[in-house]
Amino acid sequence: MPEALQALNNGVPISWYLVLSALLFALGVAGFLLRRNIITVFMCIELMLNAVNLSFVAFSNQHKQVAGHIFTFFVMVVAAAEAAVGLAIILTVFKNRATLNIDEISSLKN
Amino acid sequence: MDIFFFLVFAAIALISAVNVVLQRHPIASALSLIGVMGSIAVLYLLLGAEFIAMAQIIVYAGAVMVLFIFVIMLLNAGAEERRGRSWTSQLLGIPALLAFVALIVYFVQRGFADAGNVKFGNFTGGSAQSVGYALFTAYLLPFEVTSVLILVAIVGAIVLARKEMD
Amino acid sequence: MLHLWLIPALPLLGFLINGIFGRKLPKSVINLIAVGSVVLSFAWVLQIFMTAGDLAAKPLHAHYFTWIRSGEFRVGWDFAIDKLTMIMLFVVTGIGSLIHIYATGYMADEEGYYRFFAYLNLFMFFMLTLVLGANYLIMFVGWEGVGLCSYLLIGFYFVKKSATTAGNKAFIVNRIGDFGFSLAIFLIVVNFGTLDFTRVFSAAAGKPVGTLTAIALLLLLGACGKSAQIPLYVWLPDAMEGPTPVSALIHAATMVTAGVYMCTRSAAIFTHAPAAMETVAIIGLATAVFAATIGLTQYDIKKVFAYSTVSQLGYMFLGVGVGAFSAGIWHLVTHAFFKALLFLGAGSVIHACHGEQDMRHMGGLKKYAPWTCGTLACASLAISGFPFTSGYFSKDAILGAAYGYAPWMYWVGVITAGMTAFYVWRAFWMTFYGDYKGHGHPHESSWSMLGPLVVLAVLSIAGGFLFNVPKILDSMFPIAEGAENMNLTYISVAFGLIGIALSYYMYVVNTQLPERIAASLGGLYTLVYNKYFVDELYDATIVNPMITGSTTVLWHGMDQGVIDGIVNGVGTESKSIGGVLKQMQSGNIRSYATWVVLGAVALLIVMGVTAIGFAAGVGK
Repeated sequence: MPEALQALNNGVPISWYLVLSALLFALGVAGFLLRRNIITVFMCIELMLNAVNLSFVAFSNQHKQVAGHIFTFFVMVVAAAEAAVGLAIILTVFKNRATLNIDEISSLKN
Repeated sequence: MDIFFFLVFAAIALISAVNVVLQRHPIASALSLIGVMGSIAVLYLLLGAEFIAMAQIIVYAGAVMVLFIFVIMLLNAGAEERRGRSWTSQLLGIPALLAFVALIVYFVQRGFADAGNVKFGNFTGGSAQSVGYALFTAYLLPFEVTSVLILVAIVGAIVLARKEMD
Repeated sequence: MLHLWLIPALPLLGFLINGIFGRKLPKSVINLIAVGSVVLSFAWVLQIFMTAGDLAAKPLHAHYFTWIRSGEFRVGWDFAIDKLTMIMLFVVTGIGSLIHIYATGYMADEEGYYRFFAYLNLFMFFMLTLVLGANYLIMFVGWEGVGLCSYLLIGFYFVKKSATTAGNKAFIVNRIGDFGFSLAIFLIVVNFGTLDFTRVFSAAAGKPVGTLTAIALLLLLGACGKSAQIPLYVWLPDAMEGPTPVSALIHAATMVTAGVYMCTRSAAIFTHAPAAMETVAIIGLATAVFAATIGLTQYDIKKVFAYSTVSQLGYMFLGVGVGAFSAGIWHLVTHAFFKALLFLGAGSVIHACHGEQDMRHMGGLKKYAPWTCGTLACASLAISGFPFTSGYFSKDAILGAAYGYAPWMYWVGVITAGMTAFYVWRAFWMTFYGDYKGHGHPHESSWSMLGPLVVLAVLSIAGGFLFNVPKILDSMFPIAEGAENMNLTYISVAFGLIGIALSYYMYVVNTQLPERIAASLGGLYTLVYNKYFVDELYDATIVNPMITGSTTVLWHGMDQGVIDGIVNGVGTESKSIGGVLKQMQSGNIRSYATWVVLGAVALLIVMGVTAIGFAAGVGK
């Protein structure tokens, strides 16, 4: 028991963080592939970005450097900008086609 | 203690993420996403990234998700209908996804099994001071470029979403 | 300075001026340039002849530039004049001048006047280059050039399908001969390392007989094509589609003699290859007989003379083949006189009858065109070997040499001489005696046409005395010692006179006789009248299979099937592959995302494998 407690006090292995990040990312992709509502798809994209951020911060902790945090910062900035513009696009699409179903926006069909 | 907190908040994050994917109404998905972001912020704290954790709450959960909810309410998006499946994405996508996860887990196990542990407090370099310092010295150029990027995004969003002048 | 280059350059200048500006120049200027350039060329030849001294001892040589330089092999643009060349130059420029003058009258009403004279001058340029060349390559340049001009001039009335077909036929059949000539040139280059006449001929004695025979036979093939011997003679009768001055100049006096000239020039090679010489003699003799028999039956006056040309060329080759080179050249010279006269006279007759060429619609022209009649009589006497005419001397020289080589050749030659006399005088009687059977009003020709006729008539009668060619060429081809056998001469003259008398009887006295003989001969007559169906035979065995083969195999099979198939097939395949690939562009965002995920998985695998491999390698 003292060894288990000792192990408990040792901290969380980095690999667990990375696996969590991968799982969140996979869930984001699954949502992207399975959902039909555009806004939900967009939210899954945000989920993916968050997963990646987690990964960056974990690595930054591993190497004891602040670079990972900086990168995460920039990813957040870009994600915010992208969310703003993307939602504006969704608004325009809704105005033109009156639908939020991603399968119906297929004018690039061959 | 670290493990305990990690497991709790990882579980919350995962369950909320699953909820994002499975819920039918976009508002429910949005609220679940907020939950994900909150738990991830706690995980950041565990990893010693104080500044990033705060930024996550303020920017992501506070601004971006609010924007999402505004748009959902603006568009009056209702619950999704059960109609039309894209079999490509299901037949090919799900197995690909599973393979993807399996591969990553495998490589992580191989490469990072002995990469060290995360203890709360063993990394103090994530404070606002150190982030700010790095941001304004080594990463000054990307910082300035992102300001331009935000400007572009503002202009773009306004142009795309405004009403046409007659 | 001798300036040998002026000789061909003057006609070339005439060609350029007339060809480029002729459309706008008045006829008098065109005449002046065209005729003037050839006459000036003749004058220059005369000047060189008088100032050059003894050409046997010191032949003239001029080197202009090095054309081919490859390793040790050199070919230069060289002109050389020795006695043989000088004779040829006189014939070409002299008869050329006369025919140019004649043509100004004959072609006076034709379309494309300037074009005719431009081509004629171009022909003179090439022929002079052929004769002046000091190596085989320059000769070949002239050889090909005269073939080209022959094609251009035969097809001069290009709106007539028969004329263009005849031009094609001449060029294509010539080409077969040229192929033989080219192969001979290649063999010479390989075996002798040079193409210069002097170097090749001095080295000829030392080469193996087999090689020399091969070269000689290939040269003979070239000569057969150009000089219309069996089996490549079929183009010459069809070449009569061209205007009559063309027939006179090219297909009687100059171009067709190029083959004889070439064989004589290559005497050193031929004399060391006896088998080839024998072949030359036999081909010449066979052609002479064959063509003479066909000439007996033809009704188109130009066709009669065309077959006569083929036959006389056969005589020249016979002379060359039995070793009597100078006799062959002598016959070349005298033949140029009387054959040109015969053709020009025929042209005058055709002009008199307003374009009629069939002798069955002529007759009794003696009183309408007396000068033409008189000059043609001189020519007919010469070709029949009437004693002391030019043709008598040259033909007997050949027949005498033939007897010395193989007596049976002499007898065949003598019989052919009889046939020659017969058909030439047959044409004469049918045209000038009897009653006029045509529809128009015949008239005598102008003096621009009659003048050359008179000059040529004088040369035909007196040329044997004026130019004793064997004596001139004695240094190159020594005259055999020994007394001439006068009996041979008497016999051949007798055959000629019998031919004249027989034709007089059949066509003036008893004019029903020819038809009765033709009817009684039946099938044989039809065979000979239709030229032994040789053209039809060639068509069936060579031409049509080639055309069919080309169409089915090369055109449909290769061109359309394989090449078009490949090119179009590439296009079609691209389209079908594209058709398959475009299924990916479904417009469905989710399927795009699926592809992205799949790509990411693939990337992961690749990266992981290389990383593991790398780590494993490093670890070891």
